Amino acid sequence: MSAVSAPTGERSARQIAWSRRLRAGKASWAIYRTSGIGLAGLAIIVAFVVIALLAPLLANKSGTLITYVAEQHQPHNAPPSLAYPFGTDHFGRSVLTQVIWGARVSLLVGAIATLGALLIGSAIGLSAGFFGGRVDGILMRLTDWFMVIPWLGLALVLAAIMGKGLVSIITVIVITSWAFPARVIRAQSWAVSSRPFVERARAIGSRDSHIIATHILPNSMPIIFTQMVITGASAIYTESLLSFLGMGDPNSVSWGTTLEDAFNQGALTAGHWWQIVFPGMCIILAILALTMIGYAFDQVLNPRLRDR
Amino acid sequence: MSASYILKRVLAAFVTLLFILVFNFFLFRTLGDPVKLIARDQQMSVDEQDALRKQLCLDRPPLEQFTQCYMPQLLHGNLGQTASGDDVSTLIWDRIPKTLLLTGTATLLATIMGVWVGIKAGWKRGSRFDRWTLMTSMTFYSTPEFLLGMFFIIVFAAWLGWFPISGYQNVVTPTTGFAHVLDVLNHLFLPCLTLTLGYFGEYSLVMRASMLDVVAEDFTTASRAKGIRESEVRNRHVVPNAMLPIITASVLYFGFIIAGAVGVEYVFSYPGLGLLTVDALDSTNLALLEGLFLFFSAAIIVANLVADVLMGYVDPRIRYG
Amino acid sequence: MNESVLSLRNVEITYQLRSGPVPAVRGIDLDVPAGSVVGLAGESGCGKSTVGNAILRLLPEETDVTGQILMQGQDILLMKGKELRAVRWGQASIIFQGAMHSLDPVKRIDEQIAEAIQAHDAKITPKATSQRVGELLEMVRLPARRGREYPHQLSGGQKQRVMIAMALACKPALVIADEPTTALDVMVQAQVLDLLRELQAELGLAVVFITHDLSVLTEICDRIAIMYAGKLVEEGDADTIFTQPSHPYTKALGGAFPRIGNLEDRFTPAGLDGDPPLPQAMPSGCAFHPRCPVAFDRCAIEDPERFPTPTGGTAACLLLGETRSRA
Repeated sequence: MSAVSAPTGERSARQIAWSRRLRAGKASWAIYRTSGIGLAGLAIIVAFVVIALLAPLLANKSGTLITYVAEQHQPHNAPPSLAYPFGTDHFGRSVLTQVIWGARVSLLVGAIATLGALLIGSAIGLSAGFFGGRVDGILMRLTDWFMVIPWLGLALVLAAIMGKGLVSIITVIVITSWAFPARVIRAQSWAVSSRPFVERARAIGSRDSHIIATHILPNSMPIIFTQMVITGASAIYTESLLSFLGMGDPNSVSWGTTLEDAFNQGALTAGHWWQIVFPGMCIILAILALTMIGYAFDQVLNPRLRDR
Repeated sequence: MSASYILKRVLAAFVTLLFILVFNFFLFRTLGDPVKLIARDQQMSVDEQDALRKQLCLDRPPLEQFTQCYMPQLLHGNLGQTASGDDVSTLIWDRIPKTLLLTGTATLLATIMGVWVGIKAGWKRGSRFDRWTLMTSMTFYSTPEFLLGMFFIIVFAAWLGWFPISGYQNVVTPTTGFAHVLDVLNHLFLPCLTLTLGYFGEYSLVMRASMLDVVAEDFTTASRAKGIRESEVRNRHVVPNAMLPIITASVLYFGFIIAGAVGVEYVFSYPGLGLLTVDALDSTNLALLEGLFLFFSAAIIVANLVADVLMGYVDPRIRYG
Repeated sequence: MNESVLSLRNVEITYQLRSGPVPAVRGIDLDVPAGSVVGLAGESGCGKSTVGNAILRLLPEETDVTGQILMQGQDILLMKGKELRAVRWGQASIIFQGAMHSLDPVKRIDEQIAEAIQAHDAKITPKATSQRVGELLEMVRLPARRGREYPHQLSGGQKQRVMIAMALACKPALVIADEPTTALDVMVQAQVLDLLRELQAELGLAVVFITHDLSVLTEICDRIAIMYAGKLVEEGDADTIFTQPSHPYTKALGGAFPRIGNLEDRFTPAGLDGDPPLPQAMPSGCAFHPRCPVAFDRCAIEDPERFPTPTGGTAACLLLGETRSRA
């Protein structure tokens, strides 16, 4: 019959909090690991990131330049072969090289745009949920308005005004993607802020910014993470569509611009299927991988979705 | 459902529309000088530029521009002219039916298919049907519609020759009457199939998740305990509750419905709003882009309003709040 | 001796989870005589709700249920389809924990009650159905017109009363009440309990009352069965089971509830250290022995069967066996 012993006080509050978070993280991973879909998605994305990072080792960058391939007398519109596993395009560039170097741009644009959108979305969502009342009302009104903006329409406008290129594309994605995550994060922030320990933190005089940073934000990380994955998937989609329609950077290679070139050079009617299929598969796989990660993580957060 | 509920929603829609109008105004006038942009493409003399500037009210202070030129013009349905002198509103108006035909049909089919598959998959969770349709739905969800369109063209149009590669109707030998309808359907088939499959993934995944949520609720077990058939549990209790989030999800997805339509129209050279949009980009037709931007925004606002009212009608918790 | 409306014979229930099988109920025998109220008590996780759900076969399909569950003589575990559906609600109904979520939010109250009635009487006319629904609502002291409302328009207590009305719709012989008052506040709790008691007496219902709230049990039950770690540890008359407990666990349970005004209770709170064992980590022998204040060497080896108690019940404790053999 021993009484419960008091904490020894050897570990600081911060250490305790971090070890708790570590345990929670491990528990989440244990659940995530059971999803074949989640693991497959993770593997695919990691593979793409590795390919993008190792691009200089995997393919000669000059292979994306029309002048270079002309000098090298590379064959035009060659179907897949041992020398050119993904074939060549209208200008003689190896599609494999295009795809490898294109991965960098497509993934980078996706990552930067997602980061930007989530920074804004988290800031607004966390604040709205924490402060409530008038602040919440105003922020949510703003969010509603931005959710209405048609991203494709905006993209065209920005392309016309700001000029084509990656900056325009990233700007469009950020402006039109922050609103939905903001709503979701706000719901979570509100739920966390309603908990008694937050009230307690306020009562002992903690600054609002401190409470948000040390209590609200960490407890909202799972939701923020899921939103990042979802937004990332749609960012890659958006970049590929916008580049395909001609709003990409004419001087850099992305999966979307590769498709744009192929389409404009009549690949469809001429039967040069490899110029469309290989870059296309990369886009599909990248988006699919992120979708699968989001699906598996949803299961971690919502037990109802798990297999029993 | 109370009139005040509808009224509040309509009011909110108007305010949102106002925001869009203001946003649009600043977007086009402050990010760069529109006249310079037009002059860039069309080689205008300084005099011509000044005249154009006066015509577009750009020589006046912003507030005056907004109240004296921008709003009055809009209220008259005047969206300006393109460089070639065409009336923008007419251009847009003319293209609506074709886009509506393509996108409307696809959305309807995708919703029906997606909901049906989602119900079956969610009800028999873990079954072979579920596992297969889950992967299929996710894959279609992850495939950009324009890409899917290109795949279909490669296989069915270019290689197999079963369907035309592009267009709305046979321009070489125009047809009338029933033959015309068949011709249009022939041209419509691939783009519509593309959009349907492209949209279907979203509906199927949302419906499935919704079913799983509702099946786990207490009232599902409670209704089973009453001794009614499994099919009745599903049809009378689970499905009606699971359908509610679909309405909200459809509206949130609207931006992607528009984007998908634009991509597909472009790939198939289908003469609708989407193709018009891409053409506008190529020719830096600011008035047209502005008009299209407003049109798409208005469409989304209206869709939101319709969904809100529908939810109010269908969900008793809102109706008898 | 009343014939039992419900008899459980050596019922074992094992959940099949992804992580492996989880034995929630490890062998239960229970008899519920017609017209009597039998309480099923225990801490969270002891398996009592599982038993309640198993009676009407409401557990997930993959769950293993062995033994016999005899409803008015027929083994419900062997029934299929139409037969099973007839028993559900027709012979036995259930009032769930948390009525807040047991009603379909998008259907009116009267529709939901009518559904139960019509499922068991194909020939009943709409008029007769609606009349019966009205009667049922009045029986639980709700005006009949409230049937036109939706669940969200009712308070917690009102929703629970609707559940009771619905449970009585097909005139069952047995009602299973699974923590019917746990989610309600005290005043409403009292009202609902009063109502249940009245209806039970009036209609001669047999009730299985599942709860962890012992004060409620002693008020309303004729007999009480106490579960621990998936087994019955003691079963006996409601009046004597806590005042003259036989099993150490029963004694601890009774002791854990302080009597108001009793000085002794104020200064020496009794209770048990530790937690009930997880199904995956069941102790050897008697599942209670790690926490038992009077455990001895055999307790860790032998899982006791049920022995008769001096007060006319049974208890699964080796000490009783000892006393007997010594006597």
